[in-house]
Amino acid sequence: MNPPVFVAGLGVVSAIGLDAAACLHSFETEEAGMADIKILHTRLRGKLPVAEVKLSNEALAELTGLSSGMPRTALLSALAAREALADAGIFNFKDLRAGFISANTVGGMDKTEDFFESFMMNAAAGKLRDVVYHECGSITEIVADHLGINHFISTVSTACSSSANAVFTGARMIRHGLLDLALVGGADALTRFTLNGFNTLMILDKSFCKPFDEHRQGLNLGEGAGYLVLVSEEIMNRLNKSAYCRIAGYSNANDAYHQTASSPGGTGSFLAMKNALENSGLVPGDIDYINLHGTGTNNNDIAEGTAIKLLFDPVYPKMSSTKSFTGHTLGASGGMEAVFSALAIRHGIIYPNLRFETPMKELPFTPVTKFLNHQRVKHVISNSFGFGGNCTSLVFSAS
Amino acid sequence: MDKLMGQLKRQIIERLNLKDLKPEDIGDDQPLFVEGLGLDSIDALELIVLLQQDYHIKLDKAEDGPKVFHSVRTMADYITKHSPAKKAS
Amino acid sequence: MDFLDELYRHYQLGYPKFHKMDQLSKLGVLATDILLNESDHANKYGSDETGIVLSNSHGSLDVDLKYARTMEAGASPALFVYTLPNIVIGEIAIKYKFRGENAFFVFKTFNGNFMAAYVNGLFDSKLIRNCICGWVDYLGEDYRALLMLVETSGSEKAIPFTAEGINLLNNTSHG
Repeated sequence: MNPPVFVAGLGVVSAIGLDAAACLHSFETEEAGMADIKILHTRLRGKLPVAEVKLSNEALAELTGLSSGMPRTALLSALAAREALADAGIFNFKDLRAGFISANTVGGMDKTEDFFESFMMNAAAGKLRDVVYHECGSITEIVADHLGINHFISTVSTACSSSANAVFTGARMIRHGLLDLALVGGADALTRFTLNGFNTLMILDKSFCKPFDEHRQGLNLGEGAGYLVLVSEEIMNRLNKSAYCRIAGYSNANDAYHQTASSPGGTGSFLAMKNALENSGLVPGDIDYINLHGTGTNNNDIAEGTAIKLLFDPVYPKMSSTKSFTGHTLGASGGMEAVFSALAIRHGIIYPNLRFETPMKELPFTPVTKFLNHQRVKHVISNSFGFGGNCTSLVFSAS
Repeated sequence: MDKLMGQLKRQIIERLNLKDLKPEDIGDDQPLFVEGLGLDSIDALELIVLLQQDYHIKLDKAEDGPKVFHSVRTMADYITKHSPAKKAS
Repeated sequence: MDFLDELYRHYQLGYPKFHKMDQLSKLGVLATDILLNESDHANKYGSDETGIVLSNSHGSLDVDLKYARTMEAGASPALFVYTLPNIVIGEIAIKYKFRGENAFFVFKTFNGNFMAAYVNGLFDSKLIRNCICGWVDYLGEDYRALLMLVETSGSEKAIPFTAEGINLLNNTSHG
């Protein structure tokens, strides 16, 4: 019997809101976060829509108390992580074996890009201290230090499933008695590196993305951060509040097909979802909502859709891709969507899949297109499928 | 046209890291993808960058790739047809 | 020819996709091949019974820098694909068709305590029957791979998989 792991607090920052309440409001009013590039300096401005967090580094620094010279990923991470801790009512880690397991894919890339530009013009000019934060691990350390967590710190870097993996790594460590509390999730800021890279892979939509639509054209990149505070039953009992939900189960599998494309049959996705359900002691019919990975690329949506068809046929739960609001936030997406899943259970809501018009001809189901209230949302499955074939599904259940 | 095809073969080998191949190993009409050379989708994207960088031709739709990159000859045909006009010297 | 290509030829890997990989992935695939060479791995385990848990300190920085240099003239998709440290796991999984659980962690130095606890946890939950785990790092001229094959029963050469054991292995194998 697995010891329960509870979600005691959550925090999120995205293109649709600077905290959970603001994001919920945008979901309700069906306002997406995509727009022309405003903050990032890139020659792709005016050419591609992105979902930026609507604050400069200086403004983020002021909100978080970190220096504005910090990498943007660290600023976003700190903002959401602090919200999660405050939401859980945790203000110090005395007597607590607390862990910070954070994911990101870009590290301090924005600072490295600044360095690189000056470096390319004049080898002596780039400020070497700007590349000190390049590595993924430094972001986690900066934020852990800022929050005062030092018992256990780890960085997960597995592409788009990174923060979902961080979530279940924390849950696992609590189940095995290695931690009392785990602050888990991830962050990623938009950078020229990723924008140019995805552009060269030709999987970006030049207009706002349409996940799971027959005429989808690709994804929109986004940025943000999302964290959960996971605690053991003992700690949950000490906190003077009710849990959002519990982590019922999780699973990770490798698609073993291609570095960046999913196998057409969605093998990895299927394995991840199937095993996550088994791990939770649930059957497909128990699921009330699937938060899709749903990037809007040709490849992901058909692979994920095929896997869902195989697993859930003939009765399909409601489902949607919140990336239609927040864009694809890469290393942050699993964490952010874990937050949205917990909120769905707490408030009995289902998010819409914006801009969906035409069902995919291969699939016998369609996503939800309007924001729904007063729903019975007891069990949610959240999918995160990353480059490198890394497929993760998390299952959340009402506690 | 032969000169262009020869050049393309060298460029393909270099850009795609086909270390075990020499230009004479690639047939003019040999399918580049699936069978033949067995290139994959990322290789196709690299060829799109090759067209842009070395020949100044922009392939906007990835779906046109399979036709254009079917063989070295189809690539050479496409480049010849779509090269930005050269000024008279 | 760099040393990884030399090793490729020496071990006769016969895997053309190798040449497309970045240095980190080449190192990981070669190390895995050498690791599994003497074991009867393919016959012992099904495709979802092998876990892969790798770690390093430099992420994918080596190829990140190479990719960044191409951004000005024309970003290279083939390089961009590798700008994530877990792609080395993807390449290993593709080559050997491993579909089990996989994870990549970034640490300042090899963390034997975490690795032992994490991998043992996978075995305890009966998620895998064997695990390829360890450290694969590459940056410029510096590289290191320490891979371990962890199984539930061992040959006479096997050592117990404990934090102390693997920390010792890590410390004594440093060149």
